[in-house]
Amino acid sequence: MIGLEHYLMVAGALFVIGVFGLFLNRKNVIIMLMSLELILLAVNINLVSFSSFLGDLIGQVFTIFVLTVAAAEAAIGLAILVLFFRNRGTIDVEDVNMMKG
Amino acid sequence: MFAADFRIILPEAILAIWAMGALIAAAWTVKDAATRALTWATAALMLALALWIGTGTGVDSAFDGSFVDDRFARFAKVAILLISASILLMGEGYMTRRALMRFEYPLLIALATVGMLVMVSSGDLIVLYMGVELQSLSLYVLAALRRDSPRSTEAGLKYFVLGAFGSGLLLYGASLAYGFAGTTLFSGIIEATADGVSLGLLFALVFMMAGFAYKVSAAPFHMWTPDVYEGAPTTVTAFFATAPKMAGMALFARVMFDAFGNVTGDWQQIVAFLSVFSMFLGAFGGIGQMDFKRLMAYSTIGHMGFALMGLTAGTGLGVQAMLVYMAIYVTMDLGAFAFIMSMERDGRPVTDIRSLNLYSRERPLVALAMLVLLFSLAGVPPTVGFFGKYYVLHAAYDGGFGWLAVLGVIASVISAFYYLRIVYFMYFGRETQPLDRVMSPAAWVFVVGCAAIMVFGVVNLFGVEPAAAGAAAALVN
Repeated sequence: MIGLEHYLMVAGALFVIGVFGLFLNRKNVIIMLMSLELILLAVNINLVSFSSFLGDLIGQVFTIFVLTVAAAEAAIGLAILVLFFRNRGTIDVEDVNMMKG
Repeated sequence: MFAADFRIILPEAILAIWAMGALIAAAWTVKDAATRALTWATAALMLALALWIGTGTGVDSAFDGSFVDDRFARFAKVAILLISASILLMGEGYMTRRALMRFEYPLLIALATVGMLVMVSSGDLIVLYMGVELQSLSLYVLAALRRDSPRSTEAGLKYFVLGAFGSGLLLYGASLAYGFAGTTLFSGIIEATADGVSLGLLFALVFMMAGFAYKVSAAPFHMWTPDVYEGAPTTVTAFFATAPKMAGMALFARVMFDAFGNVTGDWQQIVAFLSVFSMFLGAFGGIGQMDFKRLMAYSTIGHMGFALMGLTAGTGLGVQAMLVYMAIYVTMDLGAFAFIMSMERDGRPVTDIRSLNLYSRERPLVALAMLVLLFSLAGVPPTVGFFGKYYVLHAAYDGGFGWLAVLGVIASVISAFYYLRIVYFMYFGRETQPLDRVMSPAAWVFVVGCAAIMVFGVVNLFGVEPAAAGAAAALVN
């Protein structure tokens, strides 16, 4: 029997994969954008499974909002990445280093 | 019923419609030729809205409680609108000199402002998230406003990746809060925590706090701040340092009290940790910085620590102290950034503090104003900055966090070093090539005006204190 906790575990696993993808990946900024997307999708799974198990529609409404924002976010992220590529000719994570903190 | 709801969100709606309409109109017609007019019109609209919102009374809520209009929201909204208008007015000279007067600039600031206004009024997790994202997405674009500069685009990229991650943490927390409280309304969450917080809600609380800490650049979630501040155009940096911090702090306080107000003890320790870490990171991080904008980034982190100290207290006095502190902080930062915008040599912007050598000989009045602002940022007694610090320290002590107040004093003394070093360069530095005299009249007014506020505000803080007290009373009961 698949219960709520299984869905939450999947979502948690996706979230952690996303976080690790963001911080351990040393190659490519596109992979970072994909990891961000993964984090938002993990949240969506959370929301939909909660919504289903609570019998409450608000969670699915929230999911639609998150999907919309995720699309806008990806668009802006890619736009900034294109600008960065035009200026530097590379999208390697190691080259995002003009300013050191 | 809907008409009544829309009447409550009318100020936000007007600003949003203005921004979207002007964006389309300008894109179809004259484009960048309209920037100056758009800048002034947007600033005028914001000032008018601030006046309108400021005269509001009572408590209203729209859309079944998901949007709240109380004194706390109005205090933050007036502050945010005034800050945004100030940025537009004082930044015009810098943006013109740097050939950055693109028509989307004032409109992106307006859209970010709408996001912040929604944030501070949110009474529901969905509204909270939409407000935060509207703000953040506009700010990412603003950071990369100088499209042909590697630094600006790199700042935009870094801000985007880390900001989006912060939003992701916030959202994951929000989804858990929804699941374990069964509702997205703050009023529902506070009912669900009436007799203690469940493990699921505790996780939600921690994730959401991490997200807020990202948005207000509190350590240990500060790592984007120095790079983004350095890379973004100075006007945009000034905006980053002021309005989103005010909105972020107000949102932080609102969620902590409106949604988790029954379980104060569970979040006080985390806020105290964020506060101590931020204060000391701000104090030590700034010591090695020669770049004025990076230095201001560490200054921001430190000041966020102090503002969080007020929140830590978990009392009405603490929230009042936090609001007073934020109002003082943004005033100081607006003055300081109006000065940084005017630092140029041979037609190129410089941000190295060593270029200020003997600045006092060229423009004694501006140097004096800057001295007052820096003393105030450091918290030296005769200035208003000291009273802001006194307020939060008092609130923390009152709330049973005496140790936090002591650590705050120590951090404040350490951070005074790098503020006073700038004063040293301005008054006793070595002879070097002077800076250009390019300060625009608006920037001059802001530098001298903010410094004057820091001196004459000691009389009665210009009425901010009772306003903040009323705002805090609306939140904490």
